[in-house]
Amino acid sequence: MIRPGKMLKEVLETIFKKPATVNYPHDKSGMPDHFRGAIKFIPQNCIGCKLCVKDCPANAITINKVGDKQFECIIDMGKCIYCGQCVDSCMKKALEITKEFELAQLDREKLKVTFHAVPAPATPPKDDLKPKA
Amino acid sequence: MHKVIIPIGPQHPALKEPESFRIQLSGERITGFSVKLGYNHRGIEKACEERTYLQDVYLTERICGICSHAHSTAFTQAVEEIAALAVPKRALYIRTLIGELERIHSHLLWLGVAGHEIGFDTLLMYTWRDREVVMDILATTTGNRVNYGINTIGGVRRDISLAQVKDILKAVDILEERTKYYIDISTKETTMIKRLSGVGVLSHKDAVRLGAVGPTGRASGVDRDVRRDDPYAAYGELDFNVITDDHCDVYGRAVVRLKELMESYRLIRQILKNMPEGPIAVKAPRKIPAGEAVSRYEAPRGEDVHYVKSNGTDKPERVKVRAPTLANVQTVAKMLEDGQLADLPIVIAAIDPCFSCTDRLISIKDTKSKKTNILMWDDLHSYSVKWYRDKGIDFTKLNRKLQGKMS
Repeated sequence: MIRPGKMLKEVLETIFKKPATVNYPHDKSGMPDHFRGAIKFIPQNCIGCKLCVKDCPANAITINKVGDKQFECIIDMGKCIYCGQCVDSCMKKALEITKEFELAQLDREKLKVTFHAVPAPATPPKDDLKPKA
Repeated sequence: MHKVIIPIGPQHPALKEPESFRIQLSGERITGFSVKLGYNHRGIEKACEERTYLQDVYLTERICGICSHAHSTAFTQAVEEIAALAVPKRALYIRTLIGELERIHSHLLWLGVAGHEIGFDTLLMYTWRDREVVMDILATTTGNRVNYGINTIGGVRRDISLAQVKDILKAVDILEERTKYYIDISTKETTMIKRLSGVGVLSHKDAVRLGAVGPTGRASGVDRDVRRDDPYAAYGELDFNVITDDHCDVYGRAVVRLKELMESYRLIRQILKNMPEGPIAVKAPRKIPAGEAVSRYEAPRGEDVHYVKSNGTDKPERVKVRAPTLANVQTVAKMLEDGQLADLPIVIAAIDPCFSCTDRLISIKDTKSKKTNILMWDDLHSYSVKWYRDKGIDFTKLNRKLQGKMS
């Protein structure tokens, strides 16, 4: 039953099919729902336990205390391996996975992303507390 | 006839990874063959000792880009055995599912590479196009196309939803139809049969003697498969056949891999049907009690062995990995004996080599004094500094500059 050109039919059929690839970057097929892309930090939720820093396999996370119960986070996207372990480790949901995957930079320093702490809501001026005359 | 020695590699267009081969030729005929490993040594075993168990799961996953799930599962299985963790059944089923999906993508990838090596690039294009189906499934279920990150110590990190089950079943149907077509091609198409038959012959006796594993061994009639012989994860509860073949050549290896694909589809359908409900992970302690364990896993390329020794802290004392290629690489010399130079790329590709998984630095033999030393970390560092200084390259200035920058 050996015969040459067994694939010929398939090859000819392919000529009339749409290409299997997409025309990136004009056409983006998008990432699946739970894709592990860049990590996002939500400063309001952070309590500074640093479990994420401890568990990160790539030592990509730095958490600094900037004020009373205020923390800023520096994530080195060049070191990050996008495993999402920090998100699993975080008990206060201060870290989140995004679908973002186009993270190339020409400058290494730009790969370090700083998420600044949100200043605590300003204490209302005393005037407001006084009953208006 | 005059004998010629040709070096192939470490950098060569026919090789996908840096590895050095020396081939002794008499005309076009190969009379001698030697392999030199070690160009891709990354020190992962040592790095494992510097990290916690949880971090090591992600590190071991990066031993191999193609059978990443194999390595991380073998490692977690060893740690779970030491810590005596009872992994939930659902987690074991999900691990098995990802393992089989990984086998499908790896075997389809191999078929494409094999097609490319014999100049049949149409096959490469088609198999890799179809491979995208399984890659998409892996991306939706685990969150990434490679380095899935599904394993954690004590279970898995992500559950499979009903919608995903439907998607997987749909994809398996498409892939099964395509694989049937490829089996049809490879058993009937003259180009493939003539090119692969009788190339890289490894007799059953030699396969056993040299310890060939995986499809390389099974194509020479070595009926061995860790999934059946020492069942791990959920394989003990599943029904599947171990494919063997007695062609003993590259053609046989292609047939074994194609038939294994069909078994994988059967396995996936069973897994999805029988998957029990329940939790997907148990809480694992950070500190693992002292002990040691050996874990075996049937990776797409063959048996993968991990050894883990713990000392009661949160970091392992020793991690040793025996990747399947290390067991198979010796067989290449036997396969090429008295072969043609033009057969070299496909014969090497037929064991589905993954050299960077295999590279280890174990000992250094001094041929003059017949002494064997093992280089420790510091020795290795001072050796490298001396080696560069002898060549007139001094990194002292750069080092100081870098250290100044860090502090």
